[in-house]
Amino acid sequence: MTEQIIFYMLAIAITVFSIMAVTSKLIVRSATYLLFVLLATAGLYMLLDYYFLFAVQVSVYAGGIMVLFIMAIFLTHRPGTEVRTKHGWRIGLSVLLSLAGLLLCGDIILHNAVRLYQFTDAETITMQEMGTAMLGSGKNQYLLSFEMMSVLLLACIVGAILIARKTNGSEKETKETDQ
Amino acid sequence: MNTMGDFWVVNAGAAVPVVAYQLVSLILFFAGIYGFLTRRNIMMMLISVELILNAADINFAVFNRYLYPGQMDGMFFALFTIAIAACETAVAIAIIINVYRNFGNADVDNLKKMKG
Repeated sequence: MTEQIIFYMLAIAITVFSIMAVTSKLIVRSATYLLFVLLATAGLYMLLDYYFLFAVQVSVYAGGIMVLFIMAIFLTHRPGTEVRTKHGWRIGLSVLLSLAGLLLCGDIILHNAVRLYQFTDAETITMQEMGTAMLGSGKNQYLLSFEMMSVLLLACIVGAILIARKTNGSEKETKETDQ
Repeated sequence: MNTMGDFWVVNAGAAVPVVAYQLVSLILFFAGIYGFLTRRNIMMMLISVELILNAADINFAVFNRYLYPGQMDGMFFALFTIAIAACETAVAIAIIINVYRNFGNADVDNLKKMKG
């Protein structure tokens, strides 16, 4: 019963804050609502007994990515000014499209739900099992993707620095004359 | 062929039905879609993309937990998705800062002019 109450609280939080995040006019508020959604999602992982995923979600997503977001917002936006959105028929079309997709997928989910099995009480995954699975190269083990992830992170660091690097004076002048 | 009635009987023992999790992630996903379609600011579009990614992550974890509780493939997919999301956000924010430096704001219309 407690589990259900916690789940429905988290579900309401996710629903309300996700809709507020996409409709808010102020970007800092939008980012804050996104943070609440991420934390509530971490709560869902906790409810599913995935404690490691919970920790990763809180530290990487709600910690690291949100810091990136906030820093970038303060670098590129003046606080307090409202952002522009599309208007007129585009808003109507987006609402229509989202609602149509929501109803279609909801209908599909509700009609296929009978094929899903029951939640069984498995043992909580231990840290040892997880480490073996992450650094093994056998069946159902993920050494290759783990190593690829480190290469991807390196490439991402290099790429981000290369893109955001300040261009020197001559390049900037040619860009300005091109406009 | 099963019907809805069977579903409630099957899931009577479970604390939270799997459909509830899926409906939450569905709403999250389409909120992200709506935001992505209506915003003109790149940062806001990035926030919407994060919502969509989160919906996918929830689905991975929930399907793994409810359908194959003995395995952990879905959990690892969610883990790697989070790492990829971190990469993607870092690069996207670098691009946004570059756009801002060149045009003085972060509207998506400016990306057209970035080609040359």
